[in-house]
Amino acid sequence: MFNFPAPTIDWVIIAPTMIVSITGLLALCLEMIWPKRDNTWIIGVSLVGLIMAAVSVVAQFSYPEATTFSDTVIRDRFALVMQLLLIVAAFCSLLFSESYLRDKRISYGEFYPIILWSLVGGMVMVTTRNMLLMFLGIEILSIALYVLAGLSRSESKSEESALKYFLLGSFASGFLLYGVALLYGATGSLDISAIASAWPRADLMHQTLLVFGFGMVFVGLGFKSAFVPFHQWTPDVYQGAPTNVSAFMAAGSKIGALAALWRFLEGAEGMKAIWMPALTVVAILTMTAGNLAALVQKDAKRVLGYSSISHAGYILVGILAHFAAPDKVGFGSLAYYLLSYTLMTVGAFAVVSLGANKGKEGTKFEELRGLWRRSPFAVACLIVFVASLIGIPLTSGFAGKFMIFGDALKANLTVLAIALAINSILSVAYYLQMIKAMFVDDVEGDEVIEKRPVSLGMTTVCALCAGGIVAAFIFTPVVIEFLVGKS
Amino acid sequence: MGILSVITFLPLLGALLLNLIPSSKTSTVKWAALGWSLGVFAVSLTLLKDFSSNTFHFQFTENIEWMKGMGIAYRMGIDGISFWLVLLTTFLTAISIWFSFYVNDRVKQYFVWIFVLETAMLGVFCSLDMVLFYSFFEASLIPMYFLISIWGGARRAYASKKFFIYTFAGSIFMLLGMITLASLHQKATGTLSFSIIDIQAQVANGKLWAGAFQLQAWLFWSFAVAFLVKCPAFPFHTWLPDAHVEAPTAGSIILAGVLLKMGTYGFLRFVMPLFPDVIPTMAPYVMTLAVIGIIYGAIVAAIQPDLKKLIAYSSVAHMGFVLVGLFSLNHTGMLGGTYQQLNHGISTGALFLLVGLIYERRHTRMFTEFGGLKAQMPIYATIFLIVMLSSVGLPGTNGFIGEFMALMGAFESSFAGAYGLNLGLAVIAACGVILAAVYLLYMFMQVFYGPNNNPENQRLKDIKPWEIAISGILVVFIFWGGIYPNTFLKPMEASIGAARLMAVSPAGNRPSWAESDHEIDAKMNLVYAPNRDGSKITEPLKGNEAVLTPANLHFPVKQATNLEANLSR
Repeated sequence: MFNFPAPTIDWVIIAPTMIVSITGLLALCLEMIWPKRDNTWIIGVSLVGLIMAAVSVVAQFSYPEATTFSDTVIRDRFALVMQLLLIVAAFCSLLFSESYLRDKRISYGEFYPIILWSLVGGMVMVTTRNMLLMFLGIEILSIALYVLAGLSRSESKSEESALKYFLLGSFASGFLLYGVALLYGATGSLDISAIASAWPRADLMHQTLLVFGFGMVFVGLGFKSAFVPFHQWTPDVYQGAPTNVSAFMAAGSKIGALAALWRFLEGAEGMKAIWMPALTVVAILTMTAGNLAALVQKDAKRVLGYSSISHAGYILVGILAHFAAPDKVGFGSLAYYLLSYTLMTVGAFAVVSLGANKGKEGTKFEELRGLWRRSPFAVACLIVFVASLIGIPLTSGFAGKFMIFGDALKANLTVLAIALAINSILSVAYYLQMIKAMFVDDVEGDEVIEKRPVSLGMTTVCALCAGGIVAAFIFTPVVIEFLVGKS
Repeated sequence: MGILSVITFLPLLGALLLNLIPSSKTSTVKWAALGWSLGVFAVSLTLLKDFSSNTFHFQFTENIEWMKGMGIAYRMGIDGISFWLVLLTTFLTAISIWFSFYVNDRVKQYFVWIFVLETAMLGVFCSLDMVLFYSFFEASLIPMYFLISIWGGARRAYASKKFFIYTFAGSIFMLLGMITLASLHQKATGTLSFSIIDIQAQVANGKLWAGAFQLQAWLFWSFAVAFLVKCPAFPFHTWLPDAHVEAPTAGSIILAGVLLKMGTYGFLRFVMPLFPDVIPTMAPYVMTLAVIGIIYGAIVAAIQPDLKKLIAYSSVAHMGFVLVGLFSLNHTGMLGGTYQQLNHGISTGALFLLVGLIYERRHTRMFTEFGGLKAQMPIYATIFLIVMLSSVGLPGTNGFIGEFMALMGAFESSFAGAYGLNLGLAVIAACGVILAAVYLLYMFMQVFYGPNNNPENQRLKDIKPWEIAISGILVVFIFWGGIYPNTFLKPMEASIGAARLMAVSPAGNRPSWAESDHEIDAKMNLVYAPNRDGSKITEPLKGNEAVLTPANLHFPVKQATNLEANLSR
C-alpha cells in the first residue's frame, strides 16, 4: 500500500484561516441561494466570521509557539498579531463597502467572498516561514485583488487599474519566484531559516546565489509593499479600483508583504552588511518620492496612494531599526504602526468614498468640496485621520512615528530619523490639501448641498477608526503590551 | 483631578457641549461661548488665591502615570513663568470670543475651534512632561489652521498652510531632541523619563551632559529653532505677517497674544534650564537674531500701507525685545523679557482688536482709506492712542517697563562683557524703540488726523458701549502694568531667578526643581533651605560665590563660562 506520511495537523493553529475561508464559502452560497437580493445577510455572515476569526487569533495569544503541516505553518506572536491586523483591515473595509458599492451601482454579492479569500491569502503569508507557501499566500491575496480592482466594469479607470495591477503584479511574482528558486538552489531548503544557517558556511558561489536570491525576493515583496522604485503602479491602481478595494489593498496587502519581508530579513540577518545600506537608501527614496509626488496630486485617492508609499517608507525605517539593533528594538513599534496605519488609511478611504454618487466616482478635490455639509460626522472623523497621517499628537499616528523615531535613534540610524522628520514636514502640505477640500472649502455659487443620510456601516467605520486612533494613543503601552506581550 | 487639569480641559468640554446647541441658533451659541469662556477665566482666577510667589518650584502639580514603560507621564504644574501666561490665555480667549460676535459664518464650528485652541494653549503652559508639552504644542496648530483657513481673508489658504508648515517643520526636530534627551537621562540614571523635572535634575548635577557633551549644541538648536519659529525671530518670521493679516480678528488676538508666547516660554522652560553649558556661547547668536528682528521688523512695519500688516511686523520687533531680555542672561533683563511677553499680549492683542473694530465697519484696513477719524470717533481714537503708546513704550504704560528692563539687562550684561555679548547689539536694540515710535505715530497720524474727506468715513459712528468695555478692560491692564508692575513682577521673580541660575551656573551649583530644599532668596541667589517655612532660609549653598553674574548690579563679572572648563570637569 502506498504509505504517504500524512502530516499531523494542529487544527487550532490554522483555525483563523479556516474560519475565514469557510465564511467566504458561506457568503458565496448565500449569494447563490438568493441572487440579486440585498447583501445584508452576506455582510452579516462575513462580519461575524471575521469576528470569530479574530477571537480565535486572540485566544491563541497565550499559547506556546508551535508548528504544524510539517513545520510549514507556524504560530508565534508575530504571526498572530499580523493575522489580527489583517482581519482588522478587512473588517473595516467591509463595513463601509455596501453603501459605497450601492452608490456606484456595483453592489455584487461576490465582492464579499472574494475579499475574504484575499484575506486568507494574507493570513497564509504571515503564518509561514516556507518560501513556497509564502508565494502561494501572495498569489491568493493578489489574484483576488486583481479581480476586485476591476469590479467597476463600466469605468475604464477601473479596468485599467485591474490590468495594470495584474500585469505588473505577475511580473513581480515572477521575480519573487525566481528569487525563491535561487535560494532553494543555494540552500536546498524552502525554509527561510535555512538561509541563516547556510550563509556562514557558504562559499563565494553560494553566497552570490543567496544574495541574488534575496535581492529577487526583495523586488517581489517591495512591489507589494510599494517601495520605491517598485511603486509606480500604486497611485494608478488605487485611483482606479473601487475605493473600498483600495482601502483593503493599502492596508491588507501591505501588512502581508511587510510581514513576509520581516521573515525574510530575519533569515537573511547574516548578510546584514550587504542589504542594510541598500535598504536604507530604499527607505529614504520611498519616503521622499512618495511625499514629493503626492504634493502635486489633485485627486484624494491618488494622494492616499502616494501617502501609502511614504508610510511604507516610514515602516521600513522601523523594520531596519529592529535589524540594526535586534536586542534593543522589538516588533512592537512595527505592529503598533501597522495597526494605526490600518485605522487611519481605511478610515480616510472610507470618507473619500463618500464622494461617489449615482454610479460615478467623485474623488477629485473639487468634487469633494464642501463634503462637510453633506456628512459632517464623517468629515470630523477625517480630521482625526489626517492628523494621524501627519503625525499630530493625540493620535496613534503620532505615537507610532514617535516610537519609530525612538527606535531609529536607539539603533543609531540618525540619518533615517532625520529623513523621516523632513518627510513628515513635506507630507503636511498635501494632507492639508485634502482636509481643505473637504472641510475648509465651501461650495461655490448657488449649489445647495443637502445633508445626505450616511449608512450605518459608514458611521460605524468612522467612529471605530477615529475612536481607535485616539484610544490607541492614550493607551499606547496597553496596546503594545496586548500586541507583543509583556517584555 | 487637580485645578490645572480642570482649567485646561474646561474649554474642551465647552467645545463638546457647544455641539448640543443647534447650528441655526447662532446667537445662543455666541452667548453660550462667551459665558463658558468667562467661566473658564473665573476658574483660572482661583489660582491667584493659592499661588505662592516665594518659591521657584512648581505648584498645583499633578502626576498621573500614563505611558509607564516609555517614561511618559501626565505631569502638570505651573511656576511664576507660566502662571501669568495661563491667566493671559483665559483672559484673551474670553476677550476674543466676545469680539467674535461679529462672526456670522459657520458660527458654531468657529467657537468649537477657539475652545479647542484654548485647551491646547493652556496645556502647553501647564505641562511638565516633554511629550505632553509637545502634544499640546502641536495640537494647537490644527484649530489655528482652521481659524485662519475658514474665517480668514482673501489669501487665507496660502497663509494658513504656511503657518502650519513653518511651525510643524520647526518643532519636529525638537521631538528628535526630546527623545535624545530622554535617552540621555536613561544613560545617566537608568530610567527613561520625559519629565523636565527629572531631566533638569540630572542637568543640574552635571550627569546628563557628562557623557554627551558634543550633543548639547545640536540639541540646543533643535529646541531653539522650534521656539524661534514660534516667536518668531528673524529669519523664521515670514509666516507671521501672512498669518496675521489673513486671520480673523479673534485669531490675530490669540496668535499675537498667546501663541507667540509659546516660543519665548519654551526658551524659559526648556532651553535655559536644559542646555546650560552652551547657553553662554549661544547667547550672542540668539541675541543677534533678536536685534535683527527688532530693526528689520520696525523698518518693514514703517512702510506697510495696511494696519494689520503694520502691527504684525511690529510684533516681530516686540518679540525681539523679549528675546533680547531673556538672552541678556541677567536678572533684570530676563525679568523684563518675561514681563514684556505679557505686555505684548495685552497691547498687541488690543491693537488687533481695535483694528478689527474699524475693519468690521469699513471692511478695509488701508491707511489711505482713512483720515480724520479723531473727530468722527473720539472714544475710539482715545483708546487707540493709549494702546498705541503702550506699544511704543511710553513711560506710564506697561510697554515701557518691559522694554526698559529688557534693554537694561542687555546693557548690563554687555557692558560687563559677559557671555560675549556686544554692547553694540544693545545700542541697536534701543534704537528699535525709536523706530517703533516712528511707525506707530505715523500710522496714528494717517488714520486719525488730517481731513476727513471720504464720505464713507463721515458716516462712521463711535464704537458701541460693549466695544468700549472690551477695549477698556485692556486699557486698565495697560496702566496697571505701567504704574504698578510689581503685581505682575513679584510672582515671577523667584522662577526667573532660578531659570537664570539654571542657565548660567556651573554644574553642581544649579538650582533644581527636583530638590525641594533648593530655594531662591531675595537677592536671587540659590540657597539651601532645609525647612521650607520661609523663615529659616539661611545657609548659602556651598560654592555659591562661583555663580557668574550676580543678580544685582556688580561690575565686572568674575569670569565667563567656557566650554573647555566644563569639558575638563
